Amino acid sequence: MFLRNMLPRKRRVVLGALAAVAAVAVLAGCASSTGKSSGSGSKNYKIAFVPKSLGNNYFKASDSGGSTAVKKFGGSYQEVAPATASPTGQVSFVQTLTQQRVGGIVLAADDPQAACTALNAAMKAGVKVVTFDSDTNCRSLFVNQVTPKGIAKSLVNLTGKALNGKGTVAIESGGPNATNLNLWIKYIKSYMASLYPGITIVTTVYGNDDAQQSLDAATGLLQKYPSLNGIIAPDTVAVAAAARYLSTSQYKGKVYLTGLGLPSEMRSYIKDGTVTQFALWDPSNLGYLAAYADKALIDGTITGKKGDTFTAGKLGKYTVGAHQTVILGPPTVFDKSNIDNYNF
Amino acid sequence: MTATELKGTPVRDYLLHDKPFWRRILQSREAGLIGALVVVVVLSISFVPNFGQPITLTYLVQTNFPIFVMLLPMTLIVVAGEIDLSVGSVLGVSSVVFGLLYDAKFSLVLAAIIAVLIGAGIGAFNGFLVTVVGLPSLAVTIGTLALFRGVAVGLLGTTAITDFPVDITTNLQNTIGASPFPILTIPFVILTIIFIVILQFTSFGRGIYAIGLGHETAHFSGVTVQRTKFVLYVISGLVAAAVGVVFTLEYDNSIGSNGIGDELLVVTAVVLGGVSTFGGRGTVLGAIVGGLLIAVLTSALQLAGVGSNGISVVTGSALILSVIGSRVLEGLTRGRREKKIAAAIGGE
Repeated sequence: MFLRNMLPRKRRVVLGALAAVAAVAVLAGCASSTGKSSGSGSKNYKIAFVPKSLGNNYFKASDSGGSTAVKKFGGSYQEVAPATASPTGQVSFVQTLTQQRVGGIVLAADDPQAACTALNAAMKAGVKVVTFDSDTNCRSLFVNQVTPKGIAKSLVNLTGKALNGKGTVAIESGGPNATNLNLWIKYIKSYMASLYPGITIVTTVYGNDDAQQSLDAATGLLQKYPSLNGIIAPDTVAVAAAARYLSTSQYKGKVYLTGLGLPSEMRSYIKDGTVTQFALWDPSNLGYLAAYADKALIDGTITGKKGDTFTAGKLGKYTVGAHQTVILGPPTVFDKSNIDNYNF
Repeated sequence: MTATELKGTPVRDYLLHDKPFWRRILQSREAGLIGALVVVVVLSISFVPNFGQPITLTYLVQTNFPIFVMLLPMTLIVVAGEIDLSVGSVLGVSSVVFGLLYDAKFSLVLAAIIAVLIGAGIGAFNGFLVTVVGLPSLAVTIGTLALFRGVAVGLLGTTAITDFPVDITTNLQNTIGASPFPILTIPFVILTIIFIVILQFTSFGRGIYAIGLGHETAHFSGVTVQRTKFVLYVISGLVAAAVGVVFTLEYDNSIGSNGIGDELLVVTAVVLGGVSTFGGRGTVLGAIVGGLLIAVLTSALQLAGVGSNGISVVTGSALILSVIGSRVLEGLTRGRREKKIAAAIGGE
């Protein structure tokens, strides 16, 4: 626009013509160069991580694990994602990566279906697609954090050991209709009965994933059961709210609280002694494993079928389970000694 | 003064003000935008690896189809001096309604028709509040933006309907023959022509410009201001809902968050395309070029490895530069014209 005012008219016309010629020339050049670059012999370890969105501490942690792994096996790592999560937000990024001919895409899907056409096109072009954290309907492999049984067993063992196998505990959950939480609670109850028969689970209360409601639920719980020995909260909001209540109450240090929590939210309660241990899968290990799974697909050592095995660096050997899924393993336990290493 | 002198003056003034047709075209805002677009495309092809491939064009049209289509009615509304921020949510509601009806064994066509009619209904609701009740369109449509996003997400919850016929999804993602243009280019071009004709070649369209320049003048020129605006909102809702249906089939995905945030992309394209937010000025062509400019910039920057944050910074800056640019241009031409007129008068 400024050009138009600054240059005399004749010059403008000449410039326009030049630009057009340049465009044609460059187009021709590109068309000829694209044909060559494909059939190179060595493995394409260009691996791109596509988290749900940028600026999320959880995915920062998972992707840094992925980056470590990719660098370890000599690949090149990049991370791209939409600024905010939306069903089709990842589509253009997957398309771009396909055009850039990356070897693998490691994706935490915003939506199980929306990116499928793009992902199928990517796989057709030879890109190996691995999902982690949240699955899609179209990928070669899904790296799942942990099984419901793994979560339940880990929380039951933490509680059982801390209470020396006897006492009363309550469960504080999120929403009463949350499928995953209810499944975990079912397994917590059965493991508790079989592994620590001396511990009774008196009740389950719900905080509906709301900080205030969770706080009220914790308060009500200890009013009703003042001699309660422990609380298991398999929900990040519930465990943080229960810790907040305990930290300012007479029960601090007397009632054992554990659950699934975010280190960033639980740090202060670990430091002030309200909570001694809690669990969650380590997202950086999740990203690390996903990167190695993608490498194994690129190498052709696995195809994603049940029974395939591969080695994931420091994490050791993994076997592909049903539905082309790999499980990271038991959750990581956080306590005073390691809490400062985690920022998500 | 003699008679000959009197005759001479107006002729010279006439020559000063009315430039030849080709010069008016060349010096229009649209020509500037097209120039900018060509520069961006040429630079991208030259310097961004993998950009100069036909598939770039295919992806570009496919990804931006909802924005390109929804900016057509938005251009008319902005020219009329109003705004419709509810389009993204209308897309969402339409997608969800379409999915639910399809799941309830309605035929695809009937489900689509009902979804589009609901979109038109939401448009009528916007139009009613703006014209009959007389509320500011910014407030009204921010309200319906939130309201209908809530409805869309509420209707389906966190689930999605993804069992649409596979061949329709595949066909919608196909290109026209061997060309890089996706099938979706056809409805887009047809709609573009319709909207250009409506805005630029009908009395209804000239009425829209008149409304944008001033309600009273428009009213006294015989334009039915409120009715025109009402019709525009209905069209906007209808188009957004139709896009919702196509979008749902294209991605085989009916979910409450479809189209979230699209309204701002549409408005950005329209404003970047030189449509004045004060109303009364702008063209459909300009808005489309504005949309293309953003789409090409985004695609090129993505391929160049620039992250989403960087892309937002660039498109935001482009928008501000475009607004500043058109202001400066306006000032310059006005100054030059005034000088010429002054010189002409002084020379008498």
